[in-house]
Amino acid sequence: MNKPSIETLEKTASQVRRDIVRMVHAVNSGHPGGSLGCTDFLTALYFNIMDIKKPFDPDGRDEDMFFLSNGHISPVWYSILARSGYFPVSELATFRKLDSRLQGHPATEEGLPGIRVASGSLGQGLSVACGAAQAKKLNKDDKRVYVLMGDGELDEGQVWEAAMYAAHHKIDNLIATVDYNGQQIDGPTSDVMDLKDLKAKWQAFGWDVIESDGNDMKSVINAMTLAKSLSGKGKPVVNLMKTEMGAGVDFMMGSHKWHGVAPNDEQLATALAQLEETLGDY
Amino acid sequence: MTKFTYTDQKDTRSGFGAGLLELGRTNPEVVALCADLVGSLKMQDFIDEFPERFFQVGIAEANMMGVAAGLTIGGKIPFTGTFANFSTGRVYDQIRQSIAYSGKNVKICASHAGLTLGEDGATHQILEDIGLMKMLPHMTVINPCDYNQTKAATIAIAEFEGPVYLRFGRPKVPVFTPADQKFEIGKALKMIEGNDVTIFATGHLVWEAIEAEAVLAKEGISVEVINIHTIKPLDVQAIIESAKKTGCVVTAEEHQMNGGLGDSVAQTLALNLPTPLEMVAVNDSFGESGTPEQLMKKYGIDAENIVKAVKRVMKRK
Repeated sequence: MNKPSIETLEKTASQVRRDIVRMVHAVNSGHPGGSLGCTDFLTALYFNIMDIKKPFDPDGRDEDMFFLSNGHISPVWYSILARSGYFPVSELATFRKLDSRLQGHPATEEGLPGIRVASGSLGQGLSVACGAAQAKKLNKDDKRVYVLMGDGELDEGQVWEAAMYAAHHKIDNLIATVDYNGQQIDGPTSDVMDLKDLKAKWQAFGWDVIESDGNDMKSVINAMTLAKSLSGKGKPVVNLMKTEMGAGVDFMMGSHKWHGVAPNDEQLATALAQLEETLGDY
Repeated sequence: MTKFTYTDQKDTRSGFGAGLLELGRTNPEVVALCADLVGSLKMQDFIDEFPERFFQVGIAEANMMGVAAGLTIGGKIPFTGTFANFSTGRVYDQIRQSIAYSGKNVKICASHAGLTLGEDGATHQILEDIGLMKMLPHMTVINPCDYNQTKAATIAIAEFEGPVYLRFGRPKVPVFTPADQKFEIGKALKMIEGNDVTIFATGHLVWEAIEAEAVLAKEGISVEVINIHTIKPLDVQAIIESAKKTGCVVTAEEHQMNGGLGDSVAQTLALNLPTPLEMVAVNDSFGESGTPEQLMKKYGIDAENIVKAVKRVMKRK
């Protein structure tokens, strides 16, 4: 299958951003900031980088797998999953509503295709991804496991337990990405809990480290292509991906303020005016 | 003399180790993880035979639970091994989100549960683990009574799809159940038939209940002893049937009164067949250093205390 062009990916990302702000607005809750910041990355991952199969196989055999550790950015993941055909796009309208498969944070309980483990309580996704990657090795499955974490999430000690574990066990079919937006709920990460030299930290833990721009589609593709080429060589790979919270919607950018706040009617209209409808709204 | 005899004393954790080794040979999907307690958990035989199916995690139990959850994706059946304290309280949220809520087929195998861990003291003597685990939706909670039953339970939970908490202990205790007895999850085992009172016991307290029965039999009291090896799902039918027959019950466990087997039995009876009940359990207290025998006596969870509880409850009939 031909990989979509950068231009096509950017058009998809624009639609995904529309989905995000509309979903969050509809229920007046959810997390638009991080979702918008990671839209380009997830679009590239699902429509270009990963080798995935449909219909959804919870065991993910002989296909690449993705885990979202920072589960609060569920709006972007749900939109991506729907837009890549795991479930009907119309179901995005049920986000965070009673009896929905689209829970506030991703869950397996309701059987939403595309999700393999619940997330939301932070710091657990890298551990799960390590296990899934080791199961692939045991199964002689040469596909890869991808995981996304927030940078605020790196405050959690379990992340570093998993980082140590992945390097020790040479889990080299694992590619982690950190959404390095420098923001967390209470403010800039430098004020709340300083990450200091993040690159040196991951290197010291025994990982291959890539740095990239997560809001430029070409840069995202290049970084993830590089990550793939580095994998399989005895070390796990981490992509420290600089993003802007709220990317694509001007008034949501550059602040932690839009971490978990929904736009009102007027703000929604302003946001949608900045985002081209490319694939048809749900 | 008790109605059960034994010629051997073994630790239940060795039953786990033996069961795991057998699973290694019979089920290629079984894998094991340990948080730097291989010797204590008796996992070395499995590791020697199946090194590629064992994952040393180091002293990082939270990560171990997450890795185990991940290993199920792709069909593995992971058995995690560490002390009961570090298998539950320390990693409650990891179990809750990545295992129970996610419906992952992880077998959480926990040694050194309760007071009988002994001299290490209260930091390691968890008495709340059954309560913590039974509260989680989807979780099955098993506390076998001796070496043979722990081995059989270890083998049985691999066949069962879903998260399981398997609790066992450190000290050598009598081996009194048959080596060939198949373990049926959720099915209570009637050890001794009786008419005047029922003792529902779990784990190490099953043997204490059997010893209590021998004392009470001499006094002409007909005691029924039922082994509740599975605390969740509880064998509600067996509990109601026996309580209906004897009219009063005692529960016995190496756990806090709050949240343990006693709670589960009391709830069942209160909802279905209100029956006088006494609980032999630790009464809202932490443990301390000492030998297992000393601690069971001091904290009121030995055969002598079961006898006393039986006499109390029979007066309430």
